[in-house]
Amino acid sequence: MSLYYVQKLLYQLNRDPLVRKRFDTDKTALLDEYELTGEERGAIESGDVGLLYVMGVNGQILMHYAALLGQPWDVYIKAMRDGVTKHGPVRAGLYSMLKDRR
Amino acid sequence: MSLVFAGVCSHAPGITGRAARAEPQVRDTFYAKLGEMQQRLEAAKPDALIIVAAEHFANFFMNNMPAYCVGMADAYEGPIEDEEWLAIDRHRVPGNAGLSRRVIQALLADIDVAYAEEWKFDHGIMVPLHFLTPRYDLPVIPVNVNCQGPPLTPLPRAYEFGRALRRACDAQPERIALVGTGGISHWPATPDSGTINEAWDRAFLQRFLANDRAALVSYTDEETLRDAGQGGFEIRTFLTVAGATEGATGELLFYAPIPIFAVGCTVATMRVE
Repeated sequence: MSLYYVQKLLYQLNRDPLVRKRFDTDKTALLDEYELTGEERGAIESGDVGLLYVMGVNGQILMHYAALLGQPWDVYIKAMRDGVTKHGPVRAGLYSMLKDRR
Repeated sequence: MSLVFAGVCSHAPGITGRAARAEPQVRDTFYAKLGEMQQRLEAAKPDALIIVAAEHFANFFMNNMPAYCVGMADAYEGPIEDEEWLAIDRHRVPGNAGLSRRVIQALLADIDVAYAEEWKFDHGIMVPLHFLTPRYDLPVIPVNVNCQGPPLTPLPRAYEFGRALRRACDAQPERIALVGTGGISHWPATPDSGTINEAWDRAFLQRFLANDRAALVSYTDEETLRDAGQGGFEIRTFLTVAGATEGATGELLFYAPIPIFAVGCTVATMRVE
């Protein structure tokens, strides 16, 4: 698992229009520049917010990414809840220390 | 001159982005109190506004994360987020690089702050500015306290940073306003978004408004995470404002949990003596 690089890619995607442009037009080459597992790469390619949350991506990075994807608020919140239901508790990072409240 | 104004307010993106979904009466009262804070800020006739925020990976990442960073540019831009999502149009926000440089130099006598000549504002700064300087005509100096990516600065240091900020402001000829934004208890950007621990918030605010340093710095991060969520780490911005107004007490203009805004919405000012 290379959570750091998943977050780094999303961080750069959120803040840099040039990275966003490459994400839209040259995604394979862009993702090749980051050390990602197959699961991580698949989650990013498919915009799987629920799985990215379970992987431990910081929610603030993920919230901006969901906004970038154009996900309505309720869809974004539901995606995280569904992610926990489908994939289990958050695996790493700050949120793995939060008790599952729902 | 010196510090001429100090206050705190919430900055959650829902405050603007999901405005239409809030209960109108409580929302409008909250907005009116932010308007009152704006009036108090303007009445202090500041030359610049230092805004102590807890940014959310708009500028700083775990490859080089400063505990404290101060902006040093003549202009900034924000919001970094989708404008429609935040319901705030992108603006160029004036800065004051010269004043920043003098404040940073003074701070370095006490705190090893980082500085940044580039800074993109996220909702943590843009939401407060939307209400407090809606014409974006007051030069802003952004300050970030890392509240997102642990390890985090200890609470006594956040208070000490406030003390140092006060000394740095008082050494400048300009009239400077200070606003801290963050917290209080919330679980933003998680499936628990909308959860608010009102009792914890009110107890914290009591300590903050009394400027009870010993009580303010006594929280452990483990307790805060358990009782106030990871968003509770943003109390560091409040502690910085308390440190900058040490010896003075505050006035609560508004507090109410607004779940669709995902935070206990807060507006308060501290007396500046």
